[in-house]
Amino acid sequence: MSTNAKNEAQASEIQAAGYEVTHSKSPVFYSVYERKGDLQNQTHYCPGCGHGIAHKLIAEAVEELGLQDRTIFVSPVGCSVFAYYYVDVGNVQLAHGRAPAGATGIKRTRPDSIVISYQGDGDLAAIGTAEIIHAANRGEHITVFFVNNAIYGMTGGQMAPTTLVGQKSTTSPFGRRPINEGFPLHMAELIAQLEAPVYVERVALSDNKNIMKARKAVRKALEIQRDGKGFSFVEILSPCPTIWAKDPVEARKWVAEAMIPNFPLNVFKDRVHEPVQNAVVPHHTVPETLEIGDPRIGTQTDVHLHAGTAGAPGEQSAPVTARTQQHHFDTFGIKVAGFGGQGVLLLGQLLTEMGMREGLEVSWLPSYGPEMRSGSAHCHVCLAKQRIGSPLLSHPDVLVAMNEISLRKFAPHVAAGGLILYNAARLPEDFQLPQARIICIPASEMADKLGSTKATNIVMMGALLEETECLLPATAEGVLETKVKKVALKEINRKALAAGRDFIDHYVRVGAVSQPDGFAY
Amino acid sequence: MAAPARGNILIDTEECKGCGLCVESCPPECLELLPELNAYGVHPAHYTGAGCTGCGICFYCCPEPGAITVYRLAPPTKPLVHGDAQDKVQGESHAAAL
Ligand SMILES: Cc1ncc(C[n+]2csc(CCOP(=O)(O)OP(=O)(O)O)c2C)c(N)n1
Ligand code: SF4
Ligand code: SF4
Ligand code: SF4
Ligand SMILES: [Mg+2]
Repeated sequence: MSTNAKNEAQASEIQAAGYEVTHSKSPVFYSVYERKGDLQNQTHYCPGCGHGIAHKLIAEAVEELGLQDRTIFVSPVGCSVFAYYYVDVGNVQLAHGRAPAGATGIKRTRPDSIVISYQGDGDLAAIGTAEIIHAANRGEHITVFFVNNAIYGMTGGQMAPTTLVGQKSTTSPFGRRPINEGFPLHMAELIAQLEAPVYVERVALSDNKNIMKARKAVRKALEIQRDGKGFSFVEILSPCPTIWAKDPVEARKWVAEAMIPNFPLNVFKDRVHEPVQNAVVPHHTVPETLEIGDPRIGTQTDVHLHAGTAGAPGEQSAPVTARTQQHHFDTFGIKVAGFGGQGVLLLGQLLTEMGMREGLEVSWLPSYGPEMRSGSAHCHVCLAKQRIGSPLLSHPDVLVAMNEISLRKFAPHVAAGGLILYNAARLPEDFQLPQARIICIPASEMADKLGSTKATNIVMMGALLEETECLLPATAEGVLETKVKKVALKEINRKALAAGRDFIDHYVRVGAVSQPDGFAY
Repeated sequence: MAAPARGNILIDTEECKGCGLCVESCPPECLELLPELNAYGVHPAHYTGAGCTGCGICFYCCPEPGAITVYRLAPPTKPLVHGDAQDKVQGESHAAAL
């Protein structure tokens, strides 16, 4: 009989004798862990490791509070990196120390979710100190479980910021000496000093009683998030028998005898009964805000009236036009790429500003080398009706390629059915791309003719707006009016925008659309 | 014949890592590590078969999510519990720990 079948037989025997289950594996754990063929029943933790107990307490609380379908668990780097193999909730694993930053993004884009940042002491108190302090200070509505085992477990026992004075580690072989390595960091106390956190407690997995206190704290921290009260933080002193070179029972005792005296157990902050300060989590999106009757909103008719006319200089410095309903997309991603000095980043900024003025959520993510003016540069622009989860575009809808290098480098990533606007009269001979439409626009030459190569990006912008209709040309005119200070340039830009639009109208619409093999004209 | 224990537990030997925390934690000391090895090569925990109160302490001390299942005798068990004063006192102290 297999062990599983044996267990089942035993279970039915026990139940037949009149017993009922009172404690069993939470359904918030997967029934089978799909990590390695032969190890699908056990976690990867060492025998007696506190991470397993911490997972159990969290899983039980998530289950009992009915939060399984709403929970997103952010795993760190450290021994608990694989938590996503175990907890059957939404899972994200983030770079070392960055869990609170990622959790912030997740919570803000999905305010109805319950976001857990689960972190070790190396992760949270060393490499990730900045992230945790700032997330706490902003009062993000997330819950942080900080598993402090006074060591870097995963990497084999280097000193952590929480390593006790005198404690040996591979990087403090004679014991931690404050004169050389400083004193242990007391994260719970530190976090509790900040204004925003609602609940900060330190608990320990040292014995039955303390585990039960930890259980309560874990539950309370999640309740706080569920109730929209704010930032909750539970530090969990946790045994690491392997690195401490103690058997599991001794290791647990060491938590009680060595760790607790150094890291006193306490509720350091509890503002649960105070009125919620930053209850609106997160703030409304731009479109939501505008729909609540912002006086600056123009009606849709207004927009049409203004369309195609340049606003008089100085008039309405940042007119906001709520035409969100009219945008044909939920999210629209544009990547602009080229050489430093081609106005790549500026074009992205202008599009972002336009999106804002049209009441959209926007993001602009630039990327450029240290050279600033002579290296390659690109930026990602997101226009969206909802909150933007990540400003990074893996598959942009549109690529504006200002030179051949950018075309070759980024064209393969354009979304299927997407569009590429290429700054040249024709495609390179050998260039092939099946998945996207390509339009060649000799924008630099056109800009030269208008009097300044610098207007190349604006010619591309005109073409982009005309071809995709993602934003209104009138908004572009308004933005250029306020952003460009030099009068001479203003005029050139106006012409460049019109030239880009005309190019699409006259050359492309009239049947000369280039296709995979092809040329714009 | 002695009255059946109020509690019972089942240990999944495929999941148990033999850390011994449950053995150390069980108030009535009714758990032990088996002398034989399981498939992973560790001595799994084992219920001696008598004295479990169903307090659940071993469940929370065990780091493995599904290694231990705890049972309690289904009601009606009142006369039985009342009849055994010592058992009752012990049961209460466990409940407090919970
Ligand atoms: C950027 C980066 N730096 C360093 C590492 C190496 N590294 C992996 S885990 C770890 C420390 C983990 O310690 P802790 O957060 O205390 O987790 P534990 O394993 O003790 O639970 C380090 C330094 C890494 N993975 N990434
Ligand atoms: S090294 Fe320490 S923290 Fe990591 S799994 Fe083993 S006992 Fe747990
Ligand atoms: S439930 Fe309580 S009494 Fe029963 S085995 Fe576990 S710890 Fe011991
Ligand atoms: S605590 Fe869990 S893993 Fe450890 S010996 Fe007991 S049943 Fe096995
Ligand atoms: Mg650690």
